[in-house]
Amino acid sequence: MIETHSTWYRRGLRDGIPIGLGYLAVSFTLGIAAEVSGLTVGQAVWMSLLNNTSAGEFAALGIIAAGAPYLEMAFTQFVINLRYLLMSCALSQKIEPQTPIWQRLLMGYTVTDEVFGISVSVPQRLDPFYCFGAMSVAAPSWALGTCLGILIGDALPARAVSALSVALYGMFLAVILPPARKDRVIAGVVAVSMGFSALFAWTPVLSQISSGTRIIILTILISGAAALWFPLKEETTDEA
Amino acid sequence: MKHEVSLYILVMAVVTYLIRVLPLTLIRREIKNRTIRSFLYYMPYVTLAVMTFPAILYATDTPVSALAGLIMAVILAWRGSSLFVVAGAACAAVFVLEWFIA
Repeated sequence: MIETHSTWYRRGLRDGIPIGLGYLAVSFTLGIAAEVSGLTVGQAVWMSLLNNTSAGEFAALGIIAAGAPYLEMAFTQFVINLRYLLMSCALSQKIEPQTPIWQRLLMGYTVTDEVFGISVSVPQRLDPFYCFGAMSVAAPSWALGTCLGILIGDALPARAVSALSVALYGMFLAVILPPARKDRVIAGVVAVSMGFSALFAWTPVLSQISSGTRIIILTILISGAAALWFPLKEETTDEA
Repeated sequence: MKHEVSLYILVMAVVTYLIRVLPLTLIRREIKNRTIRSFLYYMPYVTLAVMTFPAILYATDTPVSALAGLIMAVILAWRGSSLFVVAGAACAAVFVLEWFIA
């Protein structure tokens, strides 16, 4: 199978389009919140371009508005975004071990929930250019949505924003359900994960835990349990 | 004490980028340990499932329209439709349902 960086990049661009549309909707609401927090258009766009993280940026707006210490900003971002550390670990095993360092450094910029989601669903080895392609659509959309949110916050019909907001979740389902259909262990893992996530969200004391922390806790517990009870068969570790 | 917005943005950007890039740059070899490999194999499914549900129910104006989007996405994703089709159909389901409710 001969696949060049160029074909991978174009595949990434194509798969990045639904991500970009979803990002437009979410970052649009982020832009509205940024304006409320007193950020200029330039500041908000830089924040989005440099961070590409919705929960992290929403939290950051609160911290900036409150004039909290820089250390608090660093700590909050660390906790909220810690899931990217796990994603990055998974991606490090998905790419060729001899991937050059500059591609790894650039790939770090592309680790968002959504680009990660489509990247891990690539069968076999992942070429970083796929992530670059997806991020070439996703990052500008994220920045553009933030910008538009500040500039024309109330011009876009609320109904359109509401509808577009489910796009990203739809994508997550498109990533996890097809493999779940083929593999009963994955199906079980997905069901248990959603069940516990709902339990954490709807149980009085557990619901105090922030969504970022919930993701980390459940990821470690459930993936760990699955790894111990259903370890991969050795032959699946072979490279194609 | 006055805080600079640009400095806040710089601090968060550095922290967030380091979290994202360190494993990718530090783990340069293939991990042989079977348990760790299995953990990293299941991890994306757990993370994405936890992020999706129940959060999707609160993404739209009302949980009813979100539920319509969820059901649409589940059916199409289960049948193996592409990312774009699943995402688009979920949005369309929400849009149509909110049209009728409103």
